[in-house]
Amino acid sequence: MTRELTVVVVEDDRDRAIAIVDALRAGADCRVFVIGNSSGLARKIAVHEPDIVLIDIDNPTRDILEELTLASGPLERPVAMFVSGAAGGLAKTAVEAGVSAYVVDGLQPERIKAVIDTAIARFQMVRQIRTELAETRRALEERKVIDRAKGLLMKAKGLDEDAAYALLRKTAMDQGRRVADVAEALVTAAGLLG
Amino acid sequence: MKTVNVPLAYMPLVDAAPVIIAQEMGFAETEGINLDLIAAPSWSSVRDMLAFGRVDAAHLLSPVAVAMAMGLGGVSTPISAVSVLSVNGNVIGVGRTLEARLRDAGFGFDFHDPYRAAEALASVRDGPIVFGVPFPFSIHVELLRYWCGRSALGIGGIEIRTVPPPLMADALAAGDVDAFCVGEPWGSVAVDQGAGALLLPGKAIWGFAPEKVLAARTDWADNEPDLLGRLMRAVWQAGRWLSKQHSRTTAGEILSRKAYLDISPELIDRALRGHLTVTRDGDLRNVEDFLCFHRGAATFPWRSQAKWIATRLQERLGGGSSVSLDEAARVFRSDLYRQHLAQIGADMPGASEKLEGAIRHPTAVASTRGQMTLLPDAFFDGQLFDPSPQK
Repeated sequence: MTRELTVVVVEDDRDRAIAIVDALRAGADCRVFVIGNSSGLARKIAVHEPDIVLIDIDNPTRDILEELTLASGPLERPVAMFVSGAAGGLAKTAVEAGVSAYVVDGLQPERIKAVIDTAIARFQMVRQIRTELAETRRALEERKVIDRAKGLLMKAKGLDEDAAYALLRKTAMDQGRRVADVAEALVTAAGLLG
Repeated sequence: MKTVNVPLAYMPLVDAAPVIIAQEMGFAETEGINLDLIAAPSWSSVRDMLAFGRVDAAHLLSPVAVAMAMGLGGVSTPISAVSVLSVNGNVIGVGRTLEARLRDAGFGFDFHDPYRAAEALASVRDGPIVFGVPFPFSIHVELLRYWCGRSALGIGGIEIRTVPPPLMADALAAGDVDAFCVGEPWGSVAVDQGAGALLLPGKAIWGFAPEKVLAARTDWADNEPDLLGRLMRAVWQAGRWLSKQHSRTTAGEILSRKAYLDISPELIDRALRGHLTVTRDGDLRNVEDFLCFHRGAATFPWRSQAKWIATRLQERLGGGSSVSLDEAARVFRSDLYRQHLAQIGADMPGASEKLEGAIRHPTAVASTRGQMTLLPDAFFDGQLFDPSPQK
């Protein structure tokens, strides 16, 4: 009987980590550990002797993991290695999906595949949610600035709200800029002039 | 000429200037290409994007290219370092605890003398000093090891850990690292945030170290020689533009933009001019050729530089590699450099290898157009590195 795989997920956002762990546990036969804090990362990972380490490709702490590809002494089991060779195609798919997988040398590709496939699907979903959230935040932020700019114009020029917005939009069009950018410039300038 | 898109990955650092300037100042456009510049979150990500074809070229740590050629580090897609993007530009610094102890011991932060800095550090430490570096394969690691191995610190007197530079201030505060070796703007950022002080410029250890290279996937380079030539020429022109004094203000402004480094131009300017603020008290130090983009054949990929890196990697990580040093050194493509840059009148040295560390003063050497000046490339301990094959 083959030993179940040990997977370490590096992720500091708790909700994302839970989503990924749940999916992995349901989709593949493995033990999963999550490491959040980047302090002493390489050491914390090595303690678990993982077969696979998963990390978001945008996570800057990824470079710390590269140490694991070197840390193994001649008598230790190879610690971790980026998927290459036989599983190279899998690595490409993973990179495109935004997940980096470090896999112990010598594991059979079939065994890795279930874990990575699940991880890819889950990372993609989480990524999508995150992008949507960021977009929503940005839109809200912009609307706030536009409202403040409208307020400034209404007060300074005695306009009503619609006229103030029309003026912002016209200025933006004339200058080939976004309404939000013009609004931001106005708010900044007003702040400076106090 | 039809404009062709060339995706290129880079890390947002001051020494990414040649690729950013190539695009922003129109050198790419002149060559009929548009650089689709993709800022990466980590060096592993730059390497993977290049290896797996997300981009065709990249701003890359020179030892990563050599390590890949030696089969070290897991990803071994053949890549080519077609030119050097920058020479020097790193700084070594210490966190506040060591800074305070050095100050109490009367150290003057001369930012110049590697022996004195090592002695001062050795006298105030109470255990191995932990240095943070951006990546396990980097000039940063090699400079630190070279310096410690040949000074009062001793190679066993330090530990080296990978810490992404944006997290360095936190790692210093948390006591994960005591000191650091990073590229700009991160040294200046550390000083400005009061996280530490600067001890030495990288060039105090090796006078002319190839820091970043312009790397391309070898299959792309082979299949797209015309595009590669256009890319190399645009980047070379950008390096030449950057080397002119009057360009620096503009360069700093461009690099500081949100899309690139997103940091104040004043901080970027320090590295571009070699005017470094080394302590929070505002001590200023000038370093000539702190960061070189063009002068002294800076962009020429000397095989001997690659061989020095390969030798150091082999010493550190042991044998096991079936790749000879000569083969590893061929990842520095002086052949492609000659082929693609001759036509725009780039002057180049007659040889592709030199005795590393032998140049003590700016020296005129034979070049394809007569004579060119090479800049000092000495190691701090005066040793020479002979690249000719070992018996």
